[in-house]
Amino acid sequence: MSAQSDVRRTPYILLSPAIIATLVVVFYPMLQAGITSLYRSILWKPKDVAFIGLDNYFAILHDPVFWDSLGRTAIWIGLTVPLQLALGFVTALLLNRNFWWRPLARSLILIPWALPSVVIGLMWSWIYHPQVGVLNDLLMRCGMLQSAMPWLANPDTALYAIIAALVWQGFPFFAIMILAGLQTIPGNLYEAASIDGATTWQKFLGITLPGLKGVLVTAVMLRIIWVANSMDVIYVMTGGGPGYATHTLPLYAFKRTYSSMDFGYGSALAVTFSLVLLVLITIYLRRVGKDMK
Amino acid sequence: MTPRQIKTLRSLLFLHLPMLLIVFFAIAPYLWMLLTSLKDESTLFTADRTFLPDPITLQNYVRLFAKTGFISNLGHSFIVAGGAVLLGLSVSITAAYSFSRYRFAGRRPLMLMFLLINMFPVVLLIIPLFIIMKHLNLLDSHLGLILAHSTFAIPFATWMMISYFDVVPKSLDEAAQVDGCSPIAAMIKVVLPVTLPGIIATGIYIFITSWNEYLYASVLAGQAVRVLTVAIQTLIGEYEIAWGLLTAAGVIGALPVTLLFMFVQRRLIAGMTQGAVKG
Repeated sequence: MSAQSDVRRTPYILLSPAIIATLVVVFYPMLQAGITSLYRSILWKPKDVAFIGLDNYFAILHDPVFWDSLGRTAIWIGLTVPLQLALGFVTALLLNRNFWWRPLARSLILIPWALPSVVIGLMWSWIYHPQVGVLNDLLMRCGMLQSAMPWLANPDTALYAIIAALVWQGFPFFAIMILAGLQTIPGNLYEAASIDGATTWQKFLGITLPGLKGVLVTAVMLRIIWVANSMDVIYVMTGGGPGYATHTLPLYAFKRTYSSMDFGYGSALAVTFSLVLLVLITIYLRRVGKDMK
Repeated sequence: MTPRQIKTLRSLLFLHLPMLLIVFFAIAPYLWMLLTSLKDESTLFTADRTFLPDPITLQNYVRLFAKTGFISNLGHSFIVAGGAVLLGLSVSITAAYSFSRYRFAGRRPLMLMFLLINMFPVVLLIIPLFIIMKHLNLLDSHLGLILAHSTFAIPFATWMMISYFDVVPKSLDEAAQVDGCSPIAAMIKVVLPVTLPGIIATGIYIFITSWNEYLYASVLAGQAVRVLTVAIQTLIGEYEIAWGLLTAAGVIGALPVTLLFMFVQRRLIAGMTQGAVKG
């Protein structure tokens, strides 16, 4: 063999451990999920396993819980991501100014991002506790609430209570991404604008926002995908309840498979969710691919 | 008011005060958990419950370590997270080096594939992994959980390390190869030492993610190998009212990763934004 073909093979040899590992732990299971979704397969009915083609998928179309979960996932994303973005944006603008305790502030706002989701669920459940939760105590003391509110047990408030917790968890991500973006905008642009007599608001619209466009789009897309996927905080706080009030699509798929042990139907739900998500992921990958060297 | 006073007032109103509010919002839930954990369990549900612990007591922590298997839970979390770091880094280092240093057919799609894996829904993989591991007898074992965590550790580590390797000039390892080093030797002797801080930061981030992970840990393990997150969740179910114990577990369980995160955040964010903030 010539040295030439050796060199040509080197990158693939270097890649092979990672590729083999992902084939085993990601792509093979993924294929399995696809295959399982074509079967009627419930764990405690091992004799009743049968190939049923796309029947699980047809059943999904007539499953009201699926459509409710899909709608709830839209609310879930549609509220969580913009609120995280808004709060993160304000935080980043503040952190971009010079003040003596900036390093401390910057570190402290990262705490929500670092915590385990189980601990987050636990903390917020304790804050929302119907009898002795600090939120009820505070609101009642201010007179904003007449009697204690069971935030997580009330179907009308449960989803929004969890969204608040998730906004809290995710806003530091936006703050840090946007802060990094702000620091790439050259300061002399602002100086030039000041000389021309631009107001703060005009500078924000004319310099800051356009300069951040790339970062904002990237961060929002990453976050949409992440928030769509994340179900552990919901699972810990309400388990999807009361009733179906806090079921999002991935949580429904998870509960159908894991709690009801209905592997076939649950897999079909998971595949359906993944396909919906894949649309978003593809748009994101296109963007990244364009900028790649 | 003098102009100077006006300036101070403005910065107080539009900078320090809102910043203080946001910082308070960020840390308040954790602080509240900490305060609760320092209270006497019996006072939590009384009508005259106090805001601050009075008196401060460590009984919840004593009980946590003496009466529950919390230390062994921490141990399991440590083994799994450490294993995920080792597996994730060792497999990804050569891959990242290959992506950073070579131009070959299929490079772009393969790189995007690693990014895609990172965004894959856990819910799609968790059930097949459960079935596969049941067949391989890997359920409820450290190895099984480490393999499951490598689904996010490998793609993440690969992408982070590409960004660190890209910063090192190519001429450095080319010089080593001219001197007779093989590509792997050049990587180990020249590139790895320079990028070591980045690699450590990546490893720590994998550690944090694995330590914090809950769904895989609860489905693929939970009895013999009960990691911290699963243990905390089980406490919620078993003792509905033991909030003192629970908050103590939450404080202790979150502390190591929070400190680690503070420690690496600057370097990590530099790597993340290099990869994602382009354009």
